[in-house]
Amino acid sequence: MKLRELKEILEAEILTDTSGLEIEVKMACGADLMSDVLSFTKARALLLTGLTNSQVIRTAEISDIKAICFVRGKKPPPETIDMAKEKNIPLLVTNLPMYESCGRLYQKGLPGCSEIEE
Amino acid sequence: MDAKEKISVIQELAYELKVGEVMKKEVITVSPNNLIADLREILRDNRISGTPVVDKGKLVGIISLEDFIKCLLDGEMEIPVSQKMTQSIQTLYEDEPLIHAINKFEKLNYGRFPVVARENGKLVGIITKGDIIHGLLQRLEHEYYEEEIKRLRASHFFEDIIADESRIILQYNIVGNDFKRAGESSSRLKKTLTRLGIRPQVIRRLAIASYEAEMNIVIFTSQGKIIANIQPRQIKLSVIDSGPGIPDVEQAMQPGFSTAPDWIREMGFGAGMGLVNIKKCADKFSINSKVGQGTQIEIIINLE
Repeated sequence: MKLRELKEILEAEILTDTSGLEIEVKMACGADLMSDVLSFTKARALLLTGLTNSQVIRTAEISDIKAICFVRGKKPPPETIDMAKEKNIPLLVTNLPMYESCGRLYQKGLPGCSEIEE
Repeated sequence: MDAKEKISVIQELAYELKVGEVMKKEVITVSPNNLIADLREILRDNRISGTPVVDKGKLVGIISLEDFIKCLLDGEMEIPVSQKMTQSIQTLYEDEPLIHAINKFEKLNYGRFPVVARENGKLVGIITKGDIIHGLLQRLEHEYYEEEIKRLRASHFFEDIIADESRIILQYNIVGNDFKRAGESSSRLKKTLTRLGIRPQVIRRLAIASYEAEMNIVIFTSQGKIIANIQPRQIKLSVIDSGPGIPDVEQAMQPGFSTAPDWIREMGFGAGMGLVNIKKCADKFSINSKVGQGTQIEIIINLE
């Protein structure tokens, strides 16, 4: 699923360059525990999270996560956005809470990480 | 540096390349019995300005456009080539370095040299200044292309190292309690491994293990280091700190067991999954910890 479509579904706003909207993600995971992200996600996933510190970007970089969407309207601090730009990871923010964000995407056919063979 | 000591890439190539590698192999030749008048068509049709004269496979002379023009002016078109050809021919051997050819061109100011085989003196090719330029450019392009490929994909890095054993050691020093910079070393390690052409799946496991270990150092200790020992068949990652040590390693290895402070948990870490994750990423895992002295974790990931 392209981020452009994902942005529509989640009524989200993009915080980084709009060129990032052409990026495609294969699956998604929702987590606030970074260790869980590191442990369970696979490459080319989207991360939905309520955490906004810069470690989220590092976690994404380390585990090859393609894009991040912050839920519950949480906008990350500038340092987080700067790091994401530097590492070419698009950031979105949606006002929807975690459960509903995941639900909408899943309903539209974006699978979870355990459903995709790496 | 003295100008004489500087050897350009071109000069280097001129020593490396052999005459036989850049010469034209298909040589137009004439027989000594051909008439000068015949040259007109031979030179024009093949767009050449000179040609070797060969008698029964043996190189006997060379005749050029210049000789032809002279004959034309003197009205000597119906005489055999053998009467007008240059007999004291300068040749090059095909196994000579190109630099010899370049020097010869400079010294004698000829337009071309026949190239002969050293063992039997047989004509095997012909070389002009144009062939030399073409050969050098081709080699330069080839080397440039190879260089580009290497830059793009260095996965043959270890294949290029000639040794009985080879290893690359990368060390990253971690500053404890600096949460802002935490993970920077693992990020740098990941980038370096990518440049070395290690497989992405392997890099991911290594980066995750390194990142979790780095977080542990930052959360619990004042300093430590991560050492990646890269060998052709495996990567060994050692994480060493001089922190407080773990009183009960077995307990620490239980998923969910954590002694991390709240502020760390708020950051999304310290959920008691760090060591478990590290072990999960490894093909071999060992941990050694002494209270008051520090902790050492060693993991091995196979590259095959």
